[in-house]
Amino acid sequence: MAFSDEQLTRYSRHIILKEFGVKGQKKLSRGRVLIVGAGGLGSPAALYLAAAGVGCIGIIDADEVDLSNLQRQIIHGTNDVGKPKADSARASMLAVNPEPEVRAIRAFVNAGNILDLIRDYDFIIDGTDNFPAKFLVNDACVLAGKAFSHAGILRFNGQLMTYVPGQGPCYRCVFKEPPPPEAVPTCRQAGVIGALAGVVGSIQAMEAVKYLAGIGDLLTGVLLTYDALKTAFRRISLPRRADCAVCGEAPSITAPVDYARAACDLS
Amino acid sequence: MTLVVAGNSKEYPDGINLTRLIELEKVETPMYVTVALNDDFVESGGFESTTLKDGDRVEFLYFMGGGR
Repeated sequence: MAFSDEQLTRYSRHIILKEFGVKGQKKLSRGRVLIVGAGGLGSPAALYLAAAGVGCIGIIDADEVDLSNLQRQIIHGTNDVGKPKADSARASMLAVNPEPEVRAIRAFVNAGNILDLIRDYDFIIDGTDNFPAKFLVNDACVLAGKAFSHAGILRFNGQLMTYVPGQGPCYRCVFKEPPPPEAVPTCRQAGVIGALAGVVGSIQAMEAVKYLAGIGDLLTGVLLTYDALKTAFRRISLPRRADCAVCGEAPSITAPVDYARAACDLS
Repeated sequence: MTLVVAGNSKEYPDGINLTRLIELEKVETPMYVTVALNDDFVESGGFESTTLKDGDRVEFLYFMGGGR
């Protein structure tokens, strides 16, 4: 497939990069990324991946846009309040770039649908806001052999880790199992600064782009933490756990699990 | 003794264990923190029995939800 003149112009700043070039752009155009959650993290990730010309982008969210979302969820506008987030996100993505196939999926992920949802995609972005969903995305990606980007944000701090099958730890290696509901602070209780979601969600988009294009080093075996108040990034090296319940040598989890959902997600 | 906690070198009383370090560092939600000692995980039941040595590197890893 050759790029049209319009595409060559649209993606010219990618194509001129010697590490990326036409080859990298073609890989993006054949790439398929699923974004779970059209919120603070999913907003910048979805906009950048659409703008970058990723061939197919799925965006899943069952919620409607709320006024309290708009301080950080920049894919949605004031006129979208009350609309399904997946549809609002899709419209914003296509406004940036009409080329990608954007699939808006109005659903909550659960143990019954997650494997079907991720099947068609090369890379998954975890933009969920609750621990049951984060463990579900992790377990499903491990079980299905899919690469994904984990991220979390709270107050002025964020963290990221990328899982690639066979390389480094999974989310469950680090955080074994979800904390009980209300045991750890949530964004709704503790707050989150809007631009933090932009920083962290944009890094998730960058991980997806690098994975699809096959360039650079991913955040595998590393938890990247970001302290916005100190403007400090840290890379914490982490090992795989041989006895991890899902990616370990004798896994006890062999199918996705539903945990009770924490109160934080029901915004 | 000197410990490197979250990347910062600081002086601590000799021979303290992880439970004491967690108190001294005022770790939020200590029940749910993951601890890495010199790039290896410490089981949550093992904080009391883990005595720290000069030069040890300790990381506290926190649950961070958020996002949507």
